[in-house]
Amino acid sequence: MEILIQQIVSGVATGAIYACMALAIVMIYQAIHHLNFAQGEMAMFSTFVAWQLLAWGVPYWLAFVLTVALSFAGGIVIERLVFRRLENAPVLSHVVVFIALFAIFNSLAGFIWNFEIKPFPSPFGSGALFGGLMSPHQAGMIVVTLLVLALLYVFFRFTRIGLAMRAAAANPESARLVGIRVGWMTALGWGMASAIGAVAGMMIAPVVFLEPNMMVSILLYGFAGAVLGGLTSPVGAVIGGLAVGIIENLAGTYIPVVGPELKLPVALFVIVAVLVVRPSGLLGRKIVQRV
Amino acid sequence: MKPLLSVRGLEASYGDLKVLRGLDFTIAEGGVTALLGANGAGKTTTLRALCGMIPRSGEVEFDGRPISRARTEDIVRLGIAHVPEGRGTFFNLTVEENLELGAMSRPARREVADDVARIYGYFPRLKERRRQQAGTLSGGEQQMLAIGRALMLRPRLMLLDEPSFGLAPLVVEEVFRILAHVRETMKVSMLLVEQNANFALSLADHAYLLETGEIAVAGSAEEIRNDESIRNAYLGY
Amino acid sequence: MSVREESSAITAAGKPVSRFGARNWAGIVVVLVLAALPLFLANFTIFQLTMMLIYAIAILGLNLLTGINGQFSLGHGAFYAIGAYTAAILMEDAGLAYGWTLPAAGIVCFLSGFLFGLPALRLEGIYLALATFGLAVAMPQFLKLSVIEPWTGGVQGIVITKPDAPFGLPLSQDQWLYYFTLVVGLLLYWFAVNLVSSRSGRALMAIRDNPLAARAMGVNNALYKSLAFGVSAAFTGIAGALGAIVVQFVAPDSFTFFLSVALFVGLVVGGVGWLPGALVGGAFVVFVPNVAEHFNKALAGAVYGVILILLIYLMPTGAGGLVRKVADFIGRRMKSRPDR
Repeated sequence: MEILIQQIVSGVATGAIYACMALAIVMIYQAIHHLNFAQGEMAMFSTFVAWQLLAWGVPYWLAFVLTVALSFAGGIVIERLVFRRLENAPVLSHVVVFIALFAIFNSLAGFIWNFEIKPFPSPFGSGALFGGLMSPHQAGMIVVTLLVLALLYVFFRFTRIGLAMRAAAANPESARLVGIRVGWMTALGWGMASAIGAVAGMMIAPVVFLEPNMMVSILLYGFAGAVLGGLTSPVGAVIGGLAVGIIENLAGTYIPVVGPELKLPVALFVIVAVLVVRPSGLLGRKIVQRV
Repeated sequence: MKPLLSVRGLEASYGDLKVLRGLDFTIAEGGVTALLGANGAGKTTTLRALCGMIPRSGEVEFDGRPISRARTEDIVRLGIAHVPEGRGTFFNLTVEENLELGAMSRPARREVADDVARIYGYFPRLKERRRQQAGTLSGGEQQMLAIGRALMLRPRLMLLDEPSFGLAPLVVEEVFRILAHVRETMKVSMLLVEQNANFALSLADHAYLLETGEIAVAGSAEEIRNDESIRNAYLGY
Repeated sequence: MSVREESSAITAAGKPVSRFGARNWAGIVVVLVLAALPLFLANFTIFQLTMMLIYAIAILGLNLLTGINGQFSLGHGAFYAIGAYTAAILMEDAGLAYGWTLPAAGIVCFLSGFLFGLPALRLEGIYLALATFGLAVAMPQFLKLSVIEPWTGGVQGIVITKPDAPFGLPLSQDQWLYYFTLVVGLLLYWFAVNLVSSRSGRALMAIRDNPLAARAMGVNNALYKSLAFGVSAAFTGIAGALGAIVVQFVAPDSFTFFLSVALFVGLVVGGVGWLPGALVGGAFVVFVPNVAEHFNKALAGAVYGVILILLIYLMPTGAGGLVRKVADFIGRRMKSRPDR
């Protein structure tokens, strides 16, 4: 029993990583109805920017805010520069450009900061919480994730621009007819997704260490979380991410075949199983396709 | 008096098919102009072209400003509200959010609440359903919502695309009663596209008859209503 | 879904109607050039060309799935890996001759693809991309499993001996493998072309263009979609088996999701729905990373990415779309000339 609780708690802690990533994924999916396969690499790049700022002696939280701001701007620039011209291009073209971005960010990060593994500091200090079940960083990460979620909720629910973004995502043509600049709303979605990715990266890096390939498998877990929660629901993304963390931990402990080496396929299994049984996820809206 | 909207040589195509073949018409400030014609005559296309929702050529001036090259969102911001075919409802948002979106391009926040209240005055049924998802509304209610959303812009010109489409006769009457009321109280000019010529001509001062992308007949609503040969040839009643 | 629109546009316009002769001649020239190349080139270049043909076969398989049937896959590297391992294990553990490993790999991959296609039936577009992407990412981990290590060799992988040219043919090993691959590739291409123009091929395209209408016409969508997945995986698996023989080595980390991504990119660059595009795609997969590396070794990935983005801007419908445009242009010029 004690082991079970321990595994669940540590699953929640790992799950917080995935939840953070899943939030960024859902954010961009809402804005452009595509899954950004370069999301993880963008987050990794942002984290390197933070690392560089810290190395230059910028205090942690200032570096944090600067990184989020820079990532926000970077996301907007990417949309305006690269994706604006692809607005009506087929899905396949989008996926190829995501792949291109993936290669570009991965290679640039290696070029600028090399491929050595770097430690990344946690702002939450070290030690143990809850009788050693969780580190302060893990607890802090969960709090940060929930905070981001709350901010998103308030933004979309209670601000005019949040409403405009929802409208633009749901029905671009009608949105134009009420004077919403749909293109900029998409860019804003990119900026926000990129900023959330930066937060995720900075929270994840102390756990997995910083290097250009740190996000590859985490992205898959993030996808799994996002799909489990339903690609249209930020709350679902967080719950989904946490659930994937717990499932992964429990499967690793209790199913003998799985063990540590099969943890990644567990994510795959979750994705396929959820998609097959309940394609709209736990909290997702069913997407009705008109014929 | 200078017209509010003047159109010269408006053309638009879908692919190789030319749908509008050089339209010339004007809309007077404060008036209601009806655009009538059979299916496929190009009525909806005219509205879409005016709003910049499709590629078009020709000269369009709104209140003296050229808008034939402007983008939809900028045209809307000048005060042209389009109630589109299919009503353009944001299904997943609430009725009230739909209305608030109508005022999205206006800066003043405080007036928005007043305007929402006024729209509820016109359409009490929307007020009852304010917290409902707009997708759950009936066709008539969605039409009211679309008109309400357009009014939230405080438009100078409203483009209405078949407000009677798919509605029960009683509901059509209600919608037109409200449009007449809006016209009186808000001094909004309207360009009304209709298949239901009877209703349209009862509201309009002026009418154009569209036939395969060209204006076949133009005149005051009264003339057209009273001209039997036009009625027989174009309006079928 | 726009995959369908794009690919259907290509096949519809590219149907061999008027320029049938010209198309056949072009095909013969390409085959002759491919057959002559290894006589003039160094062994390493021949090896690269062989890899180009192998990737072309894999992409051909992917094209049957995406271009003809409208299903997405970002995970075909997994089937390539299964094919490669099947060949390696059969050669090293069962002592099977390399030629026979190809049909074996094809059958194993057909079954794997068919089985993966069954749950994937319920997935559309981006969801299918996601599931297959997951498969690609997870594949190396599966291959490292300790349970199957006696066969797979775990992280170490399996080393294969390179076959010599048979019947005392005066060819180097690389030349021989090149011709072997070329013949296999031509056979598979012939098979693919016939499949597409058959009744089944029309059913597959009908499903791509309008699944509801296809069902209404009596097409068993579920069966055909799973079969498409199976056939596509079989092609890619045979390519994997060839790859194992040519590279003489299989290991889990040769088959990361980058392989799947490369195949996908090759498909789009070659032209979705245009079967000959597979050759262009194969060339892209083999040579463009080299070009990028020549440009700047440290920034190779970034250069590759930029090339990709530019390609998408300049040739949004891939090489297939470009060829069609050029052919249309020439066709119009030739047609208008007699009038003058």
